[in-house]
Amino acid sequence: MDRIVLHSDCNCFYASVECLYHPELRDKPVAVGGDEKKRHGIILTKNYIAKKYGIKTGEALWQARLKCPDLVIIPPDFKKYMRFSKMTREIYLEFTNLVEPFGLDEAWLDCTASKDIFGGGMETAEKIRRKIKKELGITVSIGVSWNKIYAKLGSDYKKPDAVTVFDRENYKKLVFPQPAENMLYVGRANKRRLALLNIRTIGDIAKADREFLHKHFGKWGYVLHSFANGYDIDPVREYNSHAGIKSIGNSFTLPRDLNTNGEVFAALALLSESVGARLREHGLKGSVVSVSVRDNGLFSFERQKKLKLSTDINDEILKAAYELFILNYNWQKPIRSLGVRVSDLAENTEAIQMDIFGTDLKREKRRNLDKSLDSIRNRFGPKAVVRGTELINGDITAISPKTDNVIFPTAYFK
Amino acid sequence: MQARKVYIDMTAEFDEKGNIMPISFKYENGIVYKIDKVLSIRKMAALKTGGAGLRYTCRIKNHEKYIFLEENRWFIETQKRAQEY
Repeated sequence: MDRIVLHSDCNCFYASVECLYHPELRDKPVAVGGDEKKRHGIILTKNYIAKKYGIKTGEALWQARLKCPDLVIIPPDFKKYMRFSKMTREIYLEFTNLVEPFGLDEAWLDCTASKDIFGGGMETAEKIRRKIKKELGITVSIGVSWNKIYAKLGSDYKKPDAVTVFDRENYKKLVFPQPAENMLYVGRANKRRLALLNIRTIGDIAKADREFLHKHFGKWGYVLHSFANGYDIDPVREYNSHAGIKSIGNSFTLPRDLNTNGEVFAALALLSESVGARLREHGLKGSVVSVSVRDNGLFSFERQKKLKLSTDINDEILKAAYELFILNYNWQKPIRSLGVRVSDLAENTEAIQMDIFGTDLKREKRRNLDKSLDSIRNRFGPKAVVRGTELINGDITAISPKTDNVIFPTAYFK
Repeated sequence: MQARKVYIDMTAEFDEKGNIMPISFKYENGIVYKIDKVLSIRKMAALKTGGAGLRYTCRIKNHEKYIFLEENRWFIETQKRAQEY
């Protein structure tokens, strides 16, 4: 029997929440944008009226104002969005325990088992759509299908405030003619490469020879082929299960450009501590540390290294990150943003191989120190204990990556 | 008709299960109104004035009024005052 998979997407999430709280703005072009002074001055979301002016997510606020001088730009209030995100998930969880969030505003739901309680896919989706509209005052569009990929295509197909079903009867008619880039994992680069092979629609991918795609795209060729045909059998994960986490990372755009190794060290220290704390919070450790750097010409790169022992220790993460940075950056330009990520994760309950030098005892001590810092910060705030480097570079480390952690859309493969 | 959001001082009762029942509130004009009966409680968005939380439909002196509890603040949706038109 086919699964019943729903993908629910809050329409213009941040903008919708803001419009709910500002009824006087509902018929005006509205966008939620970052703080220009902190150099986060880009459009995060816009409502449908602003969309008509051609305003795009990610463009600079000044560009948006050129297109639409009357645009109302509201600073983001992530606390409010988190609250609404949580409330949407609570509603989803009334219908099934299999709720897999995808960023703040999207989620997959597997309603196969609750079919007899709430009805089939269409019926359940309608119930969810109506409930969210009534109780939260925002709208969602929901896609219903037998796999996650088609369900996601469905939630994009008709919006706002709509339900679309792609079933075995209609998918060839409705899914196949869509442009290839609508599909998850066909981005700008893949779109171009597909176009060179004269593959332009999802149907083209589906009908292409598997081995032909494999030849051109490697293993992604198989994946694209199976996605396009609706063969994807990836399960919707149970809510709050850690099975999904593949890496933990933080990055930020700095309040001002960095010019020295010392400043970078301070920023990396802050990031490493936040990543370490989050690893420990989830009971995980990882053995690959990567660092991402973007200079003020917006050129960016990411480098990674494998550690001998997997870790959740702040200092080890920091050491690896700083080494990577020193090795790979030649300071042609000042730095605008930095990120640290730990991947190749394992549960930290896994057994470790001890050596005769007692290295693991020292490491255990460091871990306990980090844990004590975590509990102090949980009780008294992130700035209760800080590094000396943070005090010296107060203007660049004024951010708290852990608590200000902005949630970006996540990757599909976890 | 435009609506207005007025935050109010609420006196409420918390039972041992954590349910919250409003008893009486002080309105912006200083008058204390007693809630005669709570007719229904449901999760609802306050579309007229903006917000989302628990909506208490209350009977106050034979009038039915919506009172919202959003996180830990209470507000009432009411009409705009005459001079604001």
